[in-house]
Amino acid sequence: MSTPAESISMAIRAAHDEGRPALVAFVTAGFPKVEQFTDNLLKVADAADVVEIGVPFSDPMADGATIQLASRAALAQGVSMVWILETVAALPRRPKAPLLLMSYLNPLLSYGLDKLPAAARAAGISGFIVPDLPHEEAADLEAALAHEGLALIQMVTPVTPQARLERLCGAAKGFVYAVTMTGTTGKNVAVPEEVTGYLDRVRAASNVPVCAGFGIRAKEQVALLASHVDGVVVGSALLEVLERGEDPAAFLASLR
Amino acid sequence: MAMAIDAAQAAEWLDRELKGDYPDARGRFGPYGGAYVPETLIPSLEKLAAGVKRWLSDPDYLADFHRELNTFVGRPTALTFAPTLSKKWGAEVWLKREDLAHTGAHKINNAIGQALLAKRLGATRIVAETGAGQHGVASAAACARLGLPCTVYMGAVDIERQAPNVGRMKLLGATVVPVTAGDQTLRAAVDEALRDWVTNPDGTYYLLGSAIGPHPYPYIVRELQSVIGREAREQMLKQANALPDLVVACVGGGSNSIGMFHPFIKDTSVQILGIEAGGRGAGLGDNSATLSFGRPGVLQGCYSMLLQDDDGQIQETHSVSAGLDYPGVGPEHALLHSAGRVSYESVTDDEALEALAECCEAEGIIPAIETAHAFFGARRYAHANPGKRILICLSGRGDKDMPTLQKTLLKGKI
Repeated sequence: MSTPAESISMAIRAAHDEGRPALVAFVTAGFPKVEQFTDNLLKVADAADVVEIGVPFSDPMADGATIQLASRAALAQGVSMVWILETVAALPRRPKAPLLLMSYLNPLLSYGLDKLPAAARAAGISGFIVPDLPHEEAADLEAALAHEGLALIQMVTPVTPQARLERLCGAAKGFVYAVTMTGTTGKNVAVPEEVTGYLDRVRAASNVPVCAGFGIRAKEQVALLASHVDGVVVGSALLEVLERGEDPAAFLASLR
Repeated sequence: MAMAIDAAQAAEWLDRELKGDYPDARGRFGPYGGAYVPETLIPSLEKLAAGVKRWLSDPDYLADFHRELNTFVGRPTALTFAPTLSKKWGAEVWLKREDLAHTGAHKINNAIGQALLAKRLGATRIVAETGAGQHGVASAAACARLGLPCTVYMGAVDIERQAPNVGRMKLLGATVVPVTAGDQTLRAAVDEALRDWVTNPDGTYYLLGSAIGPHPYPYIVRELQSVIGREAREQMLKQANALPDLVVACVGGGSNSIGMFHPFIKDTSVQILGIEAGGRGAGLGDNSATLSFGRPGVLQGCYSMLLQDDDGQIQETHSVSAGLDYPGVGPEHALLHSAGRVSYESVTDDEALEALAECCEAEGIIPAIETAHAFFGARRYAHANPGKRILICLSGRGDKDMPTLQKTLLKGKI
């Protein structure tokens, strides 16, 4: 029986073994409308290999305009960690794709690091991504999550120095989230050689799969990245699809 | 909701603070502080921390810094005896005149110090945030003086209520970017400045204006602003022949106050009082009095006390003064509060405006609305403790507040 953390790696590898890049899809919880969330989440989870559920936060400093607005809209409808865990626990069927929570640190602290890991596992969550928690500050949360077999996903960036990159990737669980650029989420990213070179370095240093994220919104980008990573993360572009009321599964399928 | 802190723990924190152990190797003041930032900023913060270690006590850097303080900023600023307020309050009132510093507030001490540091670190561009506009103006002036391009992020709400400062920044050559995201005040401006820095980590120096944010900013700001307290302490001994019984300053993020307080924390005879913005009252969202009403959490890179709801969402704050309108507070203030060395109280909008009017008429000085909070707190203390010697940090002048004062104190009078 694998741990939830291992199930994330396995889901990404399974896609990769079928010769396609894994799709890690990000959706802000309760966006655009709380009533549609269960439905949207299941549609996305059926089309993706891993799903990140965004926990909205009042001060999303690493996010661009799309996710800022989605967070604000979700908060205005009363979305909270409690609501998210209840909603995910009550899904009418368990999706095959592992579910992660992506949250800034403060909502997690506020929920309580003593209660969070067990509650998350009980709801069917496999891991966390915390964009404002660098490795140096992560020991408490990492230990608390590991106790329940949950992963704390490590991010690296193009400006992470090589020695640090090797240290971070060597200790990573689930997958390594390789940020494609210096910047916030949602911009369109080019895939020049220095990006693919960086991704190759990340992959060489990692024992778990590597997924590239930030600014990925088109099939051409995914094709350029496919031979350098195990998967790609799609966030802002997917939120825009959901906001327009279009089919998220069709959009995700169009990326590969 | 305050944390329950046992006395032995508080005593240990105080002991270490007095020994100068904080910030420690992990950038902490007791439990507070740290560096909670996206991975992209880690190399920049490490470079900054190394630069701080290399330069902040370097004789050449300090010579440059003090030359700029003396010949550009106009230091030392005066210590002024306030005869009329003394008589009215039944106290001996002294004012440390940061309103006389170039650009009209204490903010320039930090701005020029960090701009000099930025040059030494090879920065080619400065970004800054501003609330009341004072830090923006100070940064624009420091950057103009040192030939560095400067971009200032300012909340759209603050741009309206501090319009004179927006014009000053533009005259000084800065690019002012209105922030329409979030609550459109200081906190949204910090978020936006951080996003700029995340996008441009190489060559950009983030000139943070308050004693907040990730390590090493709270330390840098304290070191550069401590000139206020060091001067005031010497001036008190020379002009009043004694240390004050009470030192008072207003606290938003906490830069003028930490600069004033820090040189006095070892003086056991000196009581220290920080005044936060009580706004319209005690309700969530009605004030910015973090240490009175907050609980610990992480915002904008730092673990400190925060105004937040039960789900950990940061609350929108209210204060008549843009410079105090912030839901967090510097980690060293949180430590001084938890350790019991500094008392923190709040003063409402109306009380601050009343104290502002009193100071204008009594002493011929228009203080900033931020500063006026400290005046009301000082008066309240004087009434409860007659005959004391009180030192107030007059952190800035009120010229920038004319749009707000026209709508409040001067309403119907002109």
